Amino acid sequence: MAHSSQPIRPIHFILGGSAFALLLLLTLGTVIALWWHAETSVALTPSDWSIIQFTIVQALASASISIIIAIPTARALSRRNFRGRQIILTIMGAPFILPSIVAILGILAVWGRSGYISDLIANFGVGPINIYGFGGVVLAHVFFNIPLATRIFLQGWSAIPIEHFRLSAQLGINTAGITRHLERPMLHAAVPGAFLLIFLLCVSSFTVALALGGGPKATTIELAIYQALRFDFNLAKASQLAMIQFALCVVLGGLTILLSKPIHFSQGLDRKVERWDAHEIQYRIFDVFILTIVCLFLFLPLYSVLIRGIIPLFTLPATVWVAALNSITVALLSAIISVAMALTMSALIIRLAHKYQTASQAMEIVSFLTLAASPFVIGTGLFVITFPFISPFTIALPVTALVNAAMSLPFSLRMILPAMIRAESHNGRLADSLGMQTWTRFYIAIWPRLRQPVGFSAGLAAALSMGDLGVITLFAPPDVATLPLIMYRMMSSYQLEAAAGVALLLVSLSLSLFWIFDKGGRLEHNLR
Amino acid sequence: MSITLDKIKLSHGEFTLTADFKIKEGQKVALLGPSGGGKSTLLSTIAGFKIPDIGRVLYNEIDITNMPPAKRPIALLFQEHNLFPHLSVEKNVALGINPTLRLSALDIKVVKDALYRVGLDGQGQKMPFELSGGQQQRVALARCLLRKQPILCLDEPFAALGPALKREMLDLVKEIVDSTKATLLMVTHQPEDASYITDQTVLIADGQAHSPIETTKLLANPPIALAQYLGT
Repeated sequence: MAHSSQPIRPIHFILGGSAFALLLLLTLGTVIALWWHAETSVALTPSDWSIIQFTIVQALASASISIIIAIPTARALSRRNFRGRQIILTIMGAPFILPSIVAILGILAVWGRSGYISDLIANFGVGPINIYGFGGVVLAHVFFNIPLATRIFLQGWSAIPIEHFRLSAQLGINTAGITRHLERPMLHAAVPGAFLLIFLLCVSSFTVALALGGGPKATTIELAIYQALRFDFNLAKASQLAMIQFALCVVLGGLTILLSKPIHFSQGLDRKVERWDAHEIQYRIFDVFILTIVCLFLFLPLYSVLIRGIIPLFTLPATVWVAALNSITVALLSAIISVAMALTMSALIIRLAHKYQTASQAMEIVSFLTLAASPFVIGTGLFVITFPFISPFTIALPVTALVNAAMSLPFSLRMILPAMIRAESHNGRLADSLGMQTWTRFYIAIWPRLRQPVGFSAGLAAALSMGDLGVITLFAPPDVATLPLIMYRMMSSYQLEAAAGVALLLVSLSLSLFWIFDKGGRLEHNLR
Repeated sequence: MSITLDKIKLSHGEFTLTADFKIKEGQKVALLGPSGGGKSTLLSTIAGFKIPDIGRVLYNEIDITNMPPAKRPIALLFQEHNLFPHLSVEKNVALGINPTLRLSALDIKVVKDALYRVGLDGQGQKMPFELSGGQQQRVALARCLLRKQPILCLDEPFAALGPALKREMLDLVKEIVDSTKATLLMVTHQPEDASYITDQTVLIADGQAHSPIETTKLLANPPIALAQYLGT
């Protein structure tokens, strides 16, 4: 932590403190409200138990399959050098900011009743695939998490010292020996954290369950909360389920943070490939095979949804453009709130570190714990809190922006806090010695070093918020929508063509927002 | 074993390195020069980790330019990461006998003897992290001792050690090389290390590896490139 001699001014307490208070209100305050409303005295029904069971079993299956496929994929990428490797690595990062509903539409285009695969197997007289239910939920989760797991494991492979591969080559250790001495110990350390992280993501991925699950056999806890609120209007039941979801996320999140190493977004995964093993033909064939399968699995849905979207894009109904405006507003608001919270909290954390180290560290840890919070639980809590006073319909968009901001806060903080610490230690003292104070000091000495991470964080927050389909479903009236929501509504009424058009619009807008913010952060940097 | 670098040229972006000379069997040679000059690159080329763009590498007049590293008769010591962290000291050394670690009772005895020779008697069951940096390099040297390769390459393996400890390690290297009659190539940027154990020095500067010259002569009467580096 920086040894800043900066005095803590009231403004730091007011701004940083209120940002922190807002975060606590959203994460813990909502849970207290839920506790208040929950049917704690009523036992869980058998159908509740089957919902909990489904949630856990599908997450276990999804995480296991993702990891099992990601390990050979990462190994192939780490030991092979070929044209297009860089492109694969770049696209592996895309699902993170790709709106989930868009990916699901793509998965339907490939795996749905009238998708490529069903068409293909129809030639052999085999009936169309039924994508809905357990299989579909797991398939979609595997689609989202293979890239994530692959990136985590690639980092593990990059962290093996190059000397160890050279040493192995020198000693004549063969491919099996490299697996035993280098790769297995690395995986031993990396797999538990990756597994838990993916498990957690699959437990709280509302969109997938909403679009592909449903019915008595394939309902997750979050989907059941949604149904209890929107269809049965049973606040007590929704609160009870939300408490269960919260408990599950806290346990899993805690374990994940304990076991997993931080994921770096920009760490060099593109280290030059230097390997002297695995030249035997069977390893080459296997690597080519796994990379081909995984690339087809990942790229085909994306390709099909974007291609199919081009023509409908020009005939979209007016409601879509209204929804687009809503989405942009929500995304911008969310980005501004997220970055403002991260900046004010960072400033307070750094200043507290000097005098009250424990308080500073506690604040930092609590902020990162938001990673484990379920936006859906927060949304349910806000619904329960605000309902007696105001119609949920009227606050749908602001609430969505706020919850999305809280969700991207851990990422923003992880980028902005270290940058501010560096800025303080590099430029802060010089500024102090020159007698700069308050805003002048911030604007001249600190801000230039923050522009880049702030731009990136804002872009990320905007893109994440743009694609989110969670809280909005709880609050939105039938005539208000964001782009993901309107897409979902089209998909439920089988307007797949129009949905593809919206998908293309959504992806273009969210990438543009990300690009503009990120570029904005780098602009001045490039001029100098 | 003699090593011939026949009109070798390597380039990587702006960086280029040329070399054209022969190192005779059993010589102890220092590769001396500023960092970034290409010392480690030259060693990597000899060990087979880098393939030259032009030219040939020969061992005993046999062309091995494209021979994979595992087939080359070289033992190599890096500055760090010479040990696998999850294997005990004894197993790390035993890799020098059998990379699959299937060991006979005799093998284990040989490993123990090697550890004794580098002054780590009875430390075989320890894990690498329990040892100091100098001790870890001794373990790696014990492994080189067992591999009995005719060429030993050291890539600044003692750069992180203090002067007294470094001298001790250099003595050990000298003893090993003399007893196995191996050819020694040692990358260093310290002229005193070069003069302490090597007979000849290859000066590597400005993208060129010069032919080996007797170390004492070279240091007594340094050419311009070396004088600039030494600051004399």
